[in-house]
Amino acid sequence: MFISTTCKENRHTKNSEKLPTDYMICTNCQKVLRKQDKDARVPPPTTTGPTAFIPEKEIAQDNPVDGHANLLFLEEYSTTGHLDNVTRIMGLHPQYLESFLRTQYYILRMDGPLPFEYRHYLAIMAAARHQCSHLVNTHVNELLQVGGDGEWLNGLEYVPQKLKNINEVNKILAHRPWLITKEHIKKLLKTGENSWSLAELVHAVVLLAHYHALASFVFGSGINPEMDQDRTAAISNFCLCDASNESNVEDVIFMCSSPGTSDSVSELEALMERMKRLQEENEEAEASQEEMATRFEKEKKESLLVATGAYEDELISTSYTSRYVDDPSFGYKDFARRGDDHLPTFRAQDYSWEDHGFSLVNRLYSDIGQLLDEKFRMVRNLTYNTMAIHEDVDTTMLRRAIWNYVHCMFGIRYDDYDYGEVNQLLERSLKVYIKTVTCYPERTTKRMYDSYWRQFKHSEKIHVNLLLMEARMQAELLYALRAITQYMT
Amino acid sequence: MEKMARVTTALSGTTITGRTMFYHLDAPANAISVCRDAAQVVVAGRNIFKIYSIEEEQFVEKANLRVGRKLSLNFSCADVVWHQMDDNLLATAATNGAVVTWNLGKQSRNKQDQLFTEHKRTVNKVCFHPNEVHMLLSGSQDGYMKCFDLRKRESVSTFSGQSESVRDVQFSVRDYFTFAASFENGNVQLWDMRRPDRYDRMFTAHNGPVFCCDWHPDDKGWLATGGRDKMVKVWDVSTTKTKEIYCVQTIASVARVKWRPEMKYHLATCSMMVDHNIYVWDIRRPYIPFGMFEEHKDVTTGIVWRHIHDPYYLLSGSKDSTLYQHMFNDASRPVDRANPEGLCYGLFGDLAFAGKDSMFGSDSNRKTYGGERRYPIFFFKKPDLSEQFANVSSALNVFETELGSNSMDWFVNMAQQYILTGRSLADLCDHNAKIAKELYRYQVAQTWTMLRIVYSNPGAISSVNLNQSIGKSGGLPLMNSLKELSVALGNETRLERGKAENRQEINHLDSSNPLITANEENEETEGSDVPADYLFGDVEGDEDDLYMVDHENAPAEEHEYILPQEAFQLRHEIIDNPSAPDHLQDKVESPHVSGNEAETVCLTPIESFSLMSISQPLYDAYLPADYFNSLVKDMLHYYAEQGDVQMAVSVLIVLGDRIRKEIDEQTQEHWYTSYIDLLQRFKLWNVSNEVIKLSTCSSINCFNQASTTLHINCSNCKRPMSSKGWICDRCRQCASMCAVCHQVVKGLFVWCQGCSHGGHLEHIMNWLKTSSHCPAGCGHLCEYT
Repeated sequence: MFISTTCKENRHTKNSEKLPTDYMICTNCQKVLRKQDKDARVPPPTTTGPTAFIPEKEIAQDNPVDGHANLLFLEEYSTTGHLDNVTRIMGLHPQYLESFLRTQYYILRMDGPLPFEYRHYLAIMAAARHQCSHLVNTHVNELLQVGGDGEWLNGLEYVPQKLKNINEVNKILAHRPWLITKEHIKKLLKTGENSWSLAELVHAVVLLAHYHALASFVFGSGINPEMDQDRTAAISNFCLCDASNESNVEDVIFMCSSPGTSDSVSELEALMERMKRLQEENEEAEASQEEMATRFEKEKKESLLVATGAYEDELISTSYTSRYVDDPSFGYKDFARRGDDHLPTFRAQDYSWEDHGFSLVNRLYSDIGQLLDEKFRMVRNLTYNTMAIHEDVDTTMLRRAIWNYVHCMFGIRYDDYDYGEVNQLLERSLKVYIKTVTCYPERTTKRMYDSYWRQFKHSEKIHVNLLLMEARMQAELLYALRAITQYMT
Repeated sequence: MEKMARVTTALSGTTITGRTMFYHLDAPANAISVCRDAAQVVVAGRNIFKIYSIEEEQFVEKANLRVGRKLSLNFSCADVVWHQMDDNLLATAATNGAVVTWNLGKQSRNKQDQLFTEHKRTVNKVCFHPNEVHMLLSGSQDGYMKCFDLRKRESVSTFSGQSESVRDVQFSVRDYFTFAASFENGNVQLWDMRRPDRYDRMFTAHNGPVFCCDWHPDDKGWLATGGRDKMVKVWDVSTTKTKEIYCVQTIASVARVKWRPEMKYHLATCSMMVDHNIYVWDIRRPYIPFGMFEEHKDVTTGIVWRHIHDPYYLLSGSKDSTLYQHMFNDASRPVDRANPEGLCYGLFGDLAFAGKDSMFGSDSNRKTYGGERRYPIFFFKKPDLSEQFANVSSALNVFETELGSNSMDWFVNMAQQYILTGRSLADLCDHNAKIAKELYRYQVAQTWTMLRIVYSNPGAISSVNLNQSIGKSGGLPLMNSLKELSVALGNETRLERGKAENRQEINHLDSSNPLITANEENEETEGSDVPADYLFGDVEGDEDDLYMVDHENAPAEEHEYILPQEAFQLRHEIIDNPSAPDHLQDKVESPHVSGNEAETVCLTPIESFSLMSISQPLYDAYLPADYFNSLVKDMLHYYAEQGDVQMAVSVLIVLGDRIRKEIDEQTQEHWYTSYIDLLQRFKLWNVSNEVIKLSTCSSINCFNQASTTLHINCSNCKRPMSSKGWICDRCRQCASMCAVCHQVVKGLFVWCQGCSHGGHLEHIMNWLKTSSHCPAGCGHLCEYT
């Protein structure tokens, strides 16, 4: 929603002559504004640089760009002609960035079953589910560059039937991937002249999952719109309230959720302490089997309580991206809440990426399995053995807790994981953040980003975002690929 | 396929009998294992843990080990193994990381014996020591292998792979202390149990996870591994250097591999995804499975040979909730269905063909493939023919195409020399006929001549011409008797008959002109009833077309000059420069070809003259030229069918409006595009452009309008020249000056790659005729070739 009457300043001076100023206003601010009869004056955003969450100079301080990252930047620049903010932020983790860029390059630009304009349109569709105008804009440009039909940009009604058909899958994958069944797959593959081939479908699914997850990263890291894009890009993804610390609805949540925030150093120490204890504890009395099972359920249920009640009444919709969205009210619904139509928990041991997902995806869309495998492996093993000011820390537990917590929210359970650990390692504000970023990324605010792990470096928080993004992508892929496998047998 | 075999084997006291049979389990199986005497099988999965006895006709459920009110994850099994020494002892690996042992001798309902919860992650595999009762080995996702002594409550030693998850562990059958472990990162490690600190040996076996490994039951140095990369590899580890000795490529990731008992070179595999079959391979024949079991409807998760000394029974469990016993004799043999013939075209038109010997008779010059010649096979018992690959000896024949027989010279020459417009129809036909004749394409020549007679003014026919035609008509005897002829041609059309009658009249009226009639008859004969030698020629032409389409690097390329590729790239704007001598110019705009329409207009009045008027002006308006249109149309179709689209299009253009209406637009367009495509493959740009220009199809004509813009860069500053004219906006200099005349080169620019000076092609050519130095005076010795 644009409220152009309230904001007249425009920080993009170079564009200021030709466009009316539009800022995105989050729901909270809208409420506030409405209460104040729209006479409140919201200050313009002050941050520049790649992200709204991290001051530009801190990025540089945090992690001076090393040679490896520079090389990657250069490569990316030479292939795409620009260096977007996502790449710059990911440059904090050059090892991962390399893997990420290679995959993205492969699925967008290398030989594959889908024509180029389809690929970019799928990216647009996927990003639009989360109202991520940053990605939508990028790919609108790309679509036009590869000679796609400009007509398509008018909305979903203007694209070929074939693309329309996959929108259902896009919707489900974006918000409730556990609902996808082999019937959905069948519907896509057996519709006469507009049907998809298996290889095309797998390519499309990989693209969709990639861009859903990337949208999470974009919002989670507060990526700013590209400066060099045309006018549409000037609209920020983030409400101005993120930058300014005006009071709003969220405060209530955070005030009550993290009582001890004032003492953040001791918080960090406590976390370290807990990790250490958990590591030693292993030898001690095992939790009974029933308890293990209930812990998963508990964690699942608890994820319900984590948060977001205040938002549910309002439907955010930006006119620009909504044209690519059909049925916008379809959103994430807690996996655990369904009560009556109880779907079975997805057992990670019965359909794992390493054993099953990889083989299927690689068979139908050659080499992508290898790339994704590398990327997942990279992100799961990525560590610098540091935690804020401490060094030589084994963060395996923490990383695994985050990964499994994301999967838990999508109903994927690991038999060999004690979900009690999640409770001990992930503080409430972090859980809120994780849930928001993976399930409704468009609602992420700077406040959420700031409220957890205050002592940690920004690069470490970006590392968390990478974990969230990849965990989410894998979860979506697992559900989609399982449905395809079921269809094939 | 549905044959059922019954086999009885006597093995050291126990007798195994049975047939192919299956049993519906309640839940998907993850793993199966048999007890030592081959009488019972245990099936384990996430929701199943049962023991079945294998009876002669069926499986019978013996025990359900999944008991208790609240079932814990300890019952959710990833793997199960039955001890080969003690019939009461079983071990399972649970998905939650527990290793559980079970004692069937226990009196209580719950047979659980011991529980080890030392692994932090899912345990993928458990394995009993083959000779030691109390020793159990486990491999887990957390990257550790643990060895348990069942008499103690915890592990006796822990082995750290120092790499990723362990997927399989296997004790060596022969070597007491050795075991192998396979890892998710593609490595295989060999350990000595006495040294838990470090592995003995490590090698990278696969790209991606190694899901399984199996020691050869007889040969202690052989280890088979299967991985996600769809390979099964056999390693010889008996020497200090690990060597890959066999490799089998399957079609899906390999989940399990088991050596077939008593068969040195056989092993069974099943896959984890997509492919549901079980294959038995002879590792010496890695391209085709020796046997195949296709019963399962979902992926096979566990395979085991029923008895360690019996190669005929295979048990398998699957995700489709069935337990199968397969009889080896019931296996399908893919080799029986395989097609032992192969056919392949070589780059230069050679054709290789391999097939069974029997197909070629007893030729002496052939090679046979024999597996045994290199690898002698020793069987435990007497050799059984059904246990060997049926040997198919095959022969390979290579057919070479005769040099020059597929040359397309005639096509190129004709395309270049044909004249399609600009003269009177008669001249055009004469000229083209002459060209065709020179190239030994007599039928084409005749056709041209005939077309001329049909459509053209009678006065223009010279008897010389006719005589020539007759002389070249392939040795066909002149037929004087028209009656004879009409008898000879069984499929003569009504039209011809009509003609024959006419000619009879002609004969009567003017018997002094027999030559004409005879000639006509010859041509008719060819048109309607193709003589054998021409047919041959055309077939050959067909092959050539095919060949040319496949390989663009055909030899026949003749041009006045071929310039380096760069010369064409964004260097020159080629507009309105008649002095530029090359075909490039023509491509943009053909200067010397006049409009087709004007031509046709001046030719149309001739239409009213008919064939008959040749000999007898009396019958002037008797038979209009249109009369033959359907025949000509058939003729064109005939040529197009034969692959000589050149002829079809040329005639179409020459005749223009006379014939155009007879043939539907789409067919014409199709011919045009094929011909233009062919011309362009031969780089006959001039001709192709002329054809485009002359075509009357709007869709063909517009080829010329597409992409006619050339973008050029300034030769000084290397920037694009945006504005019109020859002066660069940026550096204010004239771009691309000729070194000889110092004028701007607006057409072809040729330059020396040594000193990068150049200019008008003609100027440079002339200059270098007289001087070998660069015209710019730089002192470089330029060369023009």
